[in-house]
Amino acid sequence: MAVPTALRFVEAQALAYRRVWRASVFSNFLNPVLYLLAMGASLGTLVDANADPSGFGVPYLVWLGPGLLAAQAMTTGIGEGAFPVMAGLKWRKTYHLVLQTPLAAADVLSSILLWIGIRVLQVSATYAFILVLFGVTDAVGALTGALIATLTGIAYAAPMVAFTIGLQDETGLTNVFRFGVVPMFLFSGTFFPITQLPSLVQPIAWLIPLWHGVELNRAAMISAPTTFPWVVSIAYLVVVAAVGAWWATRRFERRLVL
Amino acid sequence: MSEILVEARGLTKLFDDFVAVEAIDFEIRRGEVFGFLGPNGAGKSSTMRMIGATSPASAGSLTVFGLDPATDGRAIRARLGVVPQEDMLDEELTVTDNLIIYGRYFDLPRSVLRPRVEELLAFAQLTEKRDARVESLSGGMKRRLAIARALVSDPELVILDEPTTGLDPQARHTLWDRLYRLKQRGATLIITTHYMDEAEQLCDRLVVMDGGRIVDEGSPADLIARHATPEVLEIRLNVDDHAEHASQVEGIGARVEVLADRILLYVEHADTALLAVRDRGIIPAASVKRRASLEDVFLHLTGRTLVD
Repeated sequence: MAVPTALRFVEAQALAYRRVWRASVFSNFLNPVLYLLAMGASLGTLVDANADPSGFGVPYLVWLGPGLLAAQAMTTGIGEGAFPVMAGLKWRKTYHLVLQTPLAAADVLSSILLWIGIRVLQVSATYAFILVLFGVTDAVGALTGALIATLTGIAYAAPMVAFTIGLQDETGLTNVFRFGVVPMFLFSGTFFPITQLPSLVQPIAWLIPLWHGVELNRAAMISAPTTFPWVVSIAYLVVVAAVGAWWATRRFERRLVL
Repeated sequence: MSEILVEARGLTKLFDDFVAVEAIDFEIRRGEVFGFLGPNGAGKSSTMRMIGATSPASAGSLTVFGLDPATDGRAIRARLGVVPQEDMLDEELTVTDNLIIYGRYFDLPRSVLRPRVEELLAFAQLTEKRDARVESLSGGMKRRLAIARALVSDPELVILDEPTTGLDPQARHTLWDRLYRLKQRGATLIITTHYMDEAEQLCDRLVVMDGGRIVDEGSPADLIARHATPEVLEIRLNVDDHAEHASQVEGIGARVEVLADRILLYVEHADTALLAVRDRGIIPAASVKRRASLEDVFLHLTGRTLVD
């Protein structure tokens, strides 16, 4: 059976990933464990002695876990849409090469996003499994959480791929991490509820995809109440991902099909 | 005459206001080695990318295998093998993996690819390097690997954009030998080059390009017969400006061309011409007698040398 052209570039990316998979899998495990121990267990005892950020009486570690999973999905999505894309575009020129084959720009783009989806799912599933080990959630919660986190990751990856494709060099990428990822990581309700923010600023947080991802994950994994109905948050993430994918395809064609 | 594989009429490529290719016509038939000869910036690569269905034409018509690249790009690319100017190999993967993964873009199953890759490794003289990472290969080996990669899909037409640029003379000769074998097997090749010896050795037919236009076309022998005499006498004088002295040798041959460092006389017999020069009392500091080449064709057509 013929493999559709839209999927044919996935295998090459998996082959390229093979050379870093050990380091990658190691950090997939280590990162969550360190965060959960430091922020959840250690800082958590201080928090639990003084406040109840969940508002419904679960320990800080349990409340924090689903948020960290969503944040990890965001960083993975952005990371996979940054340097690997720059490599395909400029360093290894794989994208230029692939366009000489039966694949077209849209095929390459769909394969790139699919592969990023697989990577985010891999990272999120590992994270969710560790959350089960820490007693944060059960198997069903972990599975749903991993899937929602993957959607969150793609909602970041798609516009990030588009952004990277427009860059001439990698300095723009470090700025995304410095001015984009770090503030979103800190102020999207991962570590404290956004109700702690000044009320004027709170609507800004509603625009951040990560905040929706965090809300959805908490709902799915620890049955926390949500600010908006969950379909609103899902729809928002889907729209951001779709617009990002459309923008990425357009920029890819403009840059590579001259 | 065999089937036409590529046909261009008024083919034009614009980049904003810059005209890279200006209304060129050509046709390439199955089984021939067709060359695009011209200096850097002549529009050769832009033409290759249009034929390769990776760059849309700005005006004019182009068909490849009778298909339109604008609408049937995928189908055309599925039947093409392309050796790009930059090798674009994955340096961190092995030689074999580079070939296999490229074949997968054409949806060839691994069972088909494995024996074919073995054959291609032998053809590219890379069998011993099959498990080496590409970064450890020499420039000539990388280029041979890029050619093997273009052949993985068993293409009907192979496009080679400046296949030997940047290689040392020995590597160039090895590569020419490989391309000559491909030609003997009946492959259809399109080669761009700014080396006239390459064009002369490999091409059945070629077009000479300059400034985005085709200035003439024919077989290497036809072009030489049309634009040059059988032999060329090159003389170097002990003077600052050769142009001032060109009139002194006027009339000895069919034509005189003046370069910065020498004068070229287009003649029937270089030996007789050198005697005639001496008879006029001119004693050259150095002289070279040679057969006319495509370099002379290019000089006659454009007034410039190919490789500055």
